[in-house]
Amino acid sequence: MGKTLAEKVWDEHVVRSTQGEPDLLYIDLHLIHEVTSPQAFDGLRLAGRKVRRPDLTLATEDHNVPTVDWDKPIADPVSKTQVDTLRRNAEEFGVRLHPLGDVEQGIVHVVGPQLGLTQPGMTIVCGDSHTSTHGAFGAIAFGIGTSEVEHVLATQTLPQAKPKTMAVTVNGSLPDGVTAKDLVLTLIAHTGTGGGQGYIVEYRGQAIEELSMEGRMTVCNMSIEWGAKAGMIAPDETTFAYIEGKPEAPKGADWDAAVQHWKSLRTDDDAVFDAEIVLDAAEMTPFVTWGTNPGQGVPLGATVPDPDDFEDATDRTATENALEYMGLTAGTPMREIKVDTVFVGSCTNGRIEDLRLAAEVIEGHQVAEGTRLLVVPGSVRVRMQAEAEGLDKVFLAAGAEWRGAGCSMCLGMNPDQLTPGERSASTSNRNFEGRQGKGGRTHLVSVPVAAATAVRGTLSSPADLVPATV
Amino acid sequence: MDKFTTHTGVGVPLRRSNVDTDQIIPAVYLKRVTRTGFEDGLFAAWRNDPEFVLNQDVYAEGTVLVAGPDFGTGSSREHAVWALQNYGFKVVLSARFADIFRGNSGKAGLLAAQTDEKVIQRLWTYLEDNPGGEITVDLESKTVRTADGSVEDSFDIDDYTRWRLLEGLDDIGITLGHEADIASYETTRPSWKPATQHV
Ligand code: SF4
Repeated sequence: MGKTLAEKVWDEHVVRSTQGEPDLLYIDLHLIHEVTSPQAFDGLRLAGRKVRRPDLTLATEDHNVPTVDWDKPIADPVSKTQVDTLRRNAEEFGVRLHPLGDVEQGIVHVVGPQLGLTQPGMTIVCGDSHTSTHGAFGAIAFGIGTSEVEHVLATQTLPQAKPKTMAVTVNGSLPDGVTAKDLVLTLIAHTGTGGGQGYIVEYRGQAIEELSMEGRMTVCNMSIEWGAKAGMIAPDETTFAYIEGKPEAPKGADWDAAVQHWKSLRTDDDAVFDAEIVLDAAEMTPFVTWGTNPGQGVPLGATVPDPDDFEDATDRTATENALEYMGLTAGTPMREIKVDTVFVGSCTNGRIEDLRLAAEVIEGHQVAEGTRLLVVPGSVRVRMQAEAEGLDKVFLAAGAEWRGAGCSMCLGMNPDQLTPGERSASTSNRNFEGRQGKGGRTHLVSVPVAAATAVRGTLSSPADLVPATV
Repeated sequence: MDKFTTHTGVGVPLRRSNVDTDQIIPAVYLKRVTRTGFEDGLFAAWRNDPEFVLNQDVYAEGTVLVAGPDFGTGSSREHAVWALQNYGFKVVLSARFADIFRGNSGKAGLLAAQTDEKVIQRLWTYLEDNPGGEITVDLESKTVRTADGSVEDSFDIDDYTRWRLLEGLDDIGITLGHEADIASYETTRPSWKPATQHV
């Protein structure tokens, strides 16, 4: 019997396999940031251990860092301590670090791919659940806890029980104006937030193949939001073209050898998945969330659901609670929901294509009165690229805020937070209660919806805009 | 991790059941960037009470915590185990432990020894009659006894954790025991695999 993509990559990384014990997996790349690593380094220090492979480890500062005044000392003492600690640890243990102010600094899941460090067939871990992003390249990539961070630092391996595999096949093509984000939000609403539990998921089918690398990263990024261990997409010409020429991509004969191997990373025709889901891309439309988990979403053209629409008592209660937290009334058209803050950024939608798309929608328009638009590039490179293309001018002319790179309002660990009751349309990945600030109300949206919402002040798609007068 | 064979130290009676990890260490103490120093948050709320057992001089050197049933429930924070260890505890005795707490203890090298509720009661009586009295916990024979021999009984711990503690092996230690496998795997990695540093 043939193997799935996930099984092939898994099997290539088994250092040791014994009956009754989890497999010991070799880790090709370990990404680190300031929040989940301090105790791991401290553990090494206490045990007198070293980082086994500093050359397979990369650190950046992202969760805590300010996106304004980044050339000044960090104002919040707790954030500053965590950042300073990472710098000391990186220095002491010989780990490459891209600190605030460095040209390669940015969100860890944006930095890896843009450096060319994320490649097909790898195992990649990070003390962060959205490590699944890197699966877009055909890698097995997943988030780990602090003890596991220490384990990987010390051994470059991780004991792991082999997950089951699932195929999500998306047939057909996405209609114009419908993005990877809408695709994955539709999928999560379809499966629920626990639908992927225990699985490494392979996304496949025409709609997936037609996505750019950045769109594929958006899809894989949100794998964790429906509970999957990891999400992957088989590497193809799109993947190779994206990697070629990146700073850490293989060169010359190495490139040829790499590509030859990468081409073998496809699910065999006779391989069997433990579960399968099939969706039709042609039916998808701009999709937004109304609730407090990423599975609580509807098409933008729909209305806020009624708790009574749900048969299951648990769903009913969950809906009631979510509507109360979100300050929404059942039956309200989604398009009439007024938004205070629009956030374009995060490891889900903070890459250059996202910023291009946002600028394209917003060009010639103004951000609505009473609404603010925060545009936060995923990395310094993205920021520089956007500025080279003049996108910053488009945002600033429209009245948006143009920021430095980092996680920012995705989790509100730095000063970019919602105030209680404030409502956002956000291109990030989590709409949990308080995620973007205590009492903040988050609607997850795609980039075009975010941009159009900023212009109209209510949840909107670009089709709702009167043509711009440029 | 140090090998754990047998330990003798001052017993501390904690006459409470359902001590959850929020009580062991409240969330506000979790911002620290080290794995050390959490002793200041250990049982933080209770330590405001001068009568609390840890506020009594006689228990200042305590290393064996004798607690009520269902110790370590609630949040999975590994900091709870670290706080007990940072304070100086080597052993916690209880009639029942929460699973995650027990697992975290095993990882970090704190002995979570499960013994009969009646044994706990007798240990409490002994410690209250003899404040500062010592308790010996022998992992090899899986027994616990008081210095005067008035209480001597057995405790339970799963074989795998016992073996790891006796050998002084943490998860990382065990994996490092497979060093040869890791090193030999590394020789098979293709040269074109990416690296973050180049020599
Ligand atoms: S952008 Fe958000 S989801 Fe991504 S790594 Fe940062 S905090 Fe996590």
